[in-house]
Amino acid sequence: MDLKLKVWRQKNREDRGRLVDYNVAGISENSSFLEMLDILNEQLINQNIEPVSFDHDCREGICGMCSLYINGEAHGPDRKVTTCQLHMRMFNDGETIYIEPWRSSAMPVIKDLIVDRSAFDRIQQSGGFVSVNTSGSTQDANALPIPKMNADKAFDVAACIGCGACVATCKNSSAMLFVAAKVSQYAYLPQGQVERKQRVLNMVEQMDKEGFGNCTNTGACEIECPKSISIEYIAKMNREYLSASISSEE
Amino acid sequence: MKKKTLDPLSEKENQNLSKISSDKLISKTPSGPISSKWTNHKNSINLVNPANKRNIDIIVVGTGLAGSSAAASLAEMGYNVKTFCYQDSPRRAHSIAAQGGINAAKNYQNDGDSVHRLFYDTVKGGDYRSRESNVHRLAEVSTNIIDQCVAQGVPFGRDYGGLLDNRSFGGVLVSRTFYAKGQTGQQLLLGAYSAVNRQIGKGKIIPYNRHEMLDLVKVEGKARGIIARNLETGKIERHSAHAVVIASGGYGNVFFLSTNAMGSNVTAAWKIHKKGAFFANPCYTQIHPTCIPRSGDNQAKLTLMSESLRNDGRIWVPKNIEDVKSIRAGKLMPTEILEENRDYYLERRYPAFGNLVPRDVASRAAKERIDAGFGVNKTEEAVYLDFSSAIERYGKQEAAIARIKNPTNAEIIILGEKIVESKYGNLFQMYEKIVAENPYKTPMMIYPAVHYTMGGVWVDYNLMTTVPGCYCIGEANFSDHGANRLGASALMQGLADGYFVLPYTIGDYLSEDIRTGPISINSEEFDFAEKNVTDKLDNLLSIKGKKSPDYFHKKLGKVMWEYVGMSRNEKGLKTAIKEIKLIKEEFWKDVRILGDRKSLNPELEKAGRVSDLLELGELFAKDALNRNESCGGHFREESVELDGLQKGEAKRDDQDYSYVSAWEFNKEPSEAILHKEHLEFNDIELKQRSYK
Amino acid sequence: MAQNLASSSIGRKVLMALSGFFLMVFLLQHFSINLLSVIDDNLFNEVSHFMGTNPLIQLVLQPILILGFMFHLFMGIYLDFKNNTARPIKYAMNKPSANSNWMSRNMIISGLMIFLFLGLHFYDFWFPEINTKFIKGDWTGLHDGEYRYWQELNHKFHDLWRVIIYCISFIFLSLHLLHGFQSAFQSAGFNSNKYTPVIKLASNIYAIAIPFGFIFIALFHYINYII
Repeated sequence: MDLKLKVWRQKNREDRGRLVDYNVAGISENSSFLEMLDILNEQLINQNIEPVSFDHDCREGICGMCSLYINGEAHGPDRKVTTCQLHMRMFNDGETIYIEPWRSSAMPVIKDLIVDRSAFDRIQQSGGFVSVNTSGSTQDANALPIPKMNADKAFDVAACIGCGACVATCKNSSAMLFVAAKVSQYAYLPQGQVERKQRVLNMVEQMDKEGFGNCTNTGACEIECPKSISIEYIAKMNREYLSASISSEE
Repeated sequence: MKKKTLDPLSEKENQNLSKISSDKLISKTPSGPISSKWTNHKNSINLVNPANKRNIDIIVVGTGLAGSSAAASLAEMGYNVKTFCYQDSPRRAHSIAAQGGINAAKNYQNDGDSVHRLFYDTVKGGDYRSRESNVHRLAEVSTNIIDQCVAQGVPFGRDYGGLLDNRSFGGVLVSRTFYAKGQTGQQLLLGAYSAVNRQIGKGKIIPYNRHEMLDLVKVEGKARGIIARNLETGKIERHSAHAVVIASGGYGNVFFLSTNAMGSNVTAAWKIHKKGAFFANPCYTQIHPTCIPRSGDNQAKLTLMSESLRNDGRIWVPKNIEDVKSIRAGKLMPTEILEENRDYYLERRYPAFGNLVPRDVASRAAKERIDAGFGVNKTEEAVYLDFSSAIERYGKQEAAIARIKNPTNAEIIILGEKIVESKYGNLFQMYEKIVAENPYKTPMMIYPAVHYTMGGVWVDYNLMTTVPGCYCIGEANFSDHGANRLGASALMQGLADGYFVLPYTIGDYLSEDIRTGPISINSEEFDFAEKNVTDKLDNLLSIKGKKSPDYFHKKLGKVMWEYVGMSRNEKGLKTAIKEIKLIKEEFWKDVRILGDRKSLNPELEKAGRVSDLLELGELFAKDALNRNESCGGHFREESVELDGLQKGEAKRDDQDYSYVSAWEFNKEPSEAILHKEHLEFNDIELKQRSYK
Repeated sequence: MAQNLASSSIGRKVLMALSGFFLMVFLLQHFSINLLSVIDDNLFNEVSHFMGTNPLIQLVLQPILILGFMFHLFMGIYLDFKNNTARPIKYAMNKPSANSNWMSRNMIISGLMIFLFLGLHFYDFWFPEINTKFIKGDWTGLHDGEYRYWQELNHKFHDLWRVIIYCISFIFLSLHLLHGFQSAFQSAGFNSNKYTPVIKLASNIYAIAIPFGFIFIALFHYINYII
């Protein structure tokens, strides 16, 4: 299939950037979207044009590195997939495809389609952990049975890959789905109880500092989330936050 | 690719092959009975007092399971740690893609598991090519890993009683694999990443993300720092430390197509090799039997389907070649082939283990069928992995639980599919997205692909390389897996090294460094190393040739797969060495890298990695040529059983090859000098691996 | 603690939800009384007189209502402004309809339309009411010896244009409520597999029944007048 691409090109953080038109031809519909970009880059190198920079690594939908806003949707038109698992069979021959980076003041563009997601790391550093030392002398793993439902729920949210599609897709650039996932995971597990209150307070405070917008419950994030994390967990985070801020003694 | 007739190895090379000087390899294995070696060792090695730890800096390169767990543990102990990764966050390291699970000798299932059995299975699975004492230590600490991860909040799969659930994996007879759906690696890595985050928050770890290590700096023979490139700004940075830990993963990407991440590379390991660290057993590569087959030439990577699928999936190809042809032509559906016309070749050849034979055996068996012309897809490179009998079995079981009398077939299938979905849902979904076929209804197609490299940097019992102060952990070292790794053992080894081994053993070396004080980055050694790095980058940029780094990478991959892949022979290996040299020459004459080195430049990163892979590829083939036996993932056509029950199976040669090949760098890869660490087995009897 | 409820993102969102709940309760009350104007004009007059002259309602609840409304309005505008600045560069190509509905994305538009409508509504009813009671000091509720409330209401809906503007405004109210009702529950932390479908159903019933009920009342009075 032949395609017209409109790709965001930006030299560095300071550059203003613009959309540039490219054509690619003879793409197999079994190719992945990123393989299509590989072909574009090979073509650009042959024409002595600097290839398009984009983040990618595992190419199996788990590392969370790839991050493209394709034709107006985070990770493109398919559901429950990251960009690297998006296949060209989702597009039509001759189609024009817009390829843009995530847009959020908390995730600035570094180059072309690559954004800086370190805000996510800082939120996790503010409390996304259980304070247990790696001594190896913790209690036996089976000493604390965990109801299967709680374990399953904790897993559902722990599946978050930190790609940032929720922020990119939210009309307010809100990071609440991401933060809710981490807060909820520990809230469902007995190991997370000790720091439960302080964790949610700290993580929400850091999230606000990073400049993400506020959640208005449009639900767009759960649709675009490649791991289908539900906004039910944002409600859970709200509960956690409310109870923590009312009862916290600090 | 043209095949050329080649000269035999030059005389000089032959001399190198036979040159043995293993006096440089001191494994430091403690004495005493195997079950108390590790305890005794911990009790007798030197420690660093907590106040002094604050004055000691450690660099950790790579933030996968091994790197993250090591960084977090070292920081907790009080050392100042700097982590380096090329990704934008430590959480993205490729450990995250591990699917199936992690082994531990917990014996929660009460099926007779024990530390000794895990030890035994791992040594046997590794075809008796690993260091016995290391493997026993691994089995000992395996149980701590599970306790640790659960305490961190890793959501392992549980049963309805709330207790941890287990799976069984290839090559063993017990269920000892802990899992978190098909995302075990992700959950374990996020656990280690959370421990890292905790230390970053405390200021004990400084993370350097989007940084790539480009050289090791040695001062007075000791590892004292690294040169790294900030991948965003292009700035070349100097970082000093009292010890450097390399945890940069495996080098499977030497084959271009593999299940590794696009960025996975050998650079950090190769740089320390060039600075004096011996590289061990590079030819031990694991070809994983269950990957999604290739669809075309522009494919950039292969996707793994977890080995856990072999618990419930049955592997087969049609018995009759006519059926194969009709399937390829699209005239016949695999579901239409009658039971008696299917060849469940693993069950046929290995009745004791069936579909759960180790990976190397399963891969070679698939290759055998495909070479015989039974490949079932258009590229003729696929076999079936069929879940229909598992769905039926689970369906009947569920119907019984739900007390449905005389359930219809449709009801059974619906119930069975639900169970299969709960076990492997994400894998089935991934398959469907990639292949556009529904694996619940039609069998999956799979094909072997390069997955893991058992070889790597040689380390002693303390995990230190032959460069004092330079350590190597996880997949990057030559590791505990011998010539073949059992499923769910990689996660175990990465975390064992990082959480429970290195943090203790590193103290033995650092205890002598408490008076050293901060290491200056303004020494001649740093000047020299930095200049080397910038020169190489400038050199690459100045070639201004015609072909992209990927072009050379793909070319290298084809040679590797053809001659150094699942089955190897002398002639092919010699061809490979010659071809790789030619590709390397062409690379340095004709590579085209646009952009500059002072900004983000993925092509420059790739070119640097490909240049190192080209050198490694040569050593890889040289090592494979040296090892004229078949063991584990290394299969030499010259070394097979000629008769008896095991006819056609791989034949190990313990007489001549019961050693670790550790290669010392010497000007270039083909000149590398071989050192041998002889393997002694006091607690395990060497036997032929039989899965019949 | 560096942050408190009113300064954190979640705190503000919860406050928006709570003020929303409060306004929805008020709306239900307002609607119930208005509905009486269709059923029985005497009853309507009596209830209106009670509401208009009870000191607790007039002097305590009425100011709280106004404050609650103002809070909801200004906080909504402020949050919308802040949310906009969180994405300074917009997408060249965006397809929000693929993952969310119009109501949820445009609460600021439907909200401001309701605010504009309230200007007219106050001009019609609230200002004259305040004028009569607090400036003229007439607390009798009588006009020519009869209760004036039903007459005043009925009279306003003789004007076709006013009826049309009211009806359009109620449609915006409906759009606002279609998202707002269930969203308030989500913000306040109520979301569970068990109850959320019920909340969503109740939300849709409320968001359609109340505004269309108001439309019905307006049309009732207008049609009553023209025939």
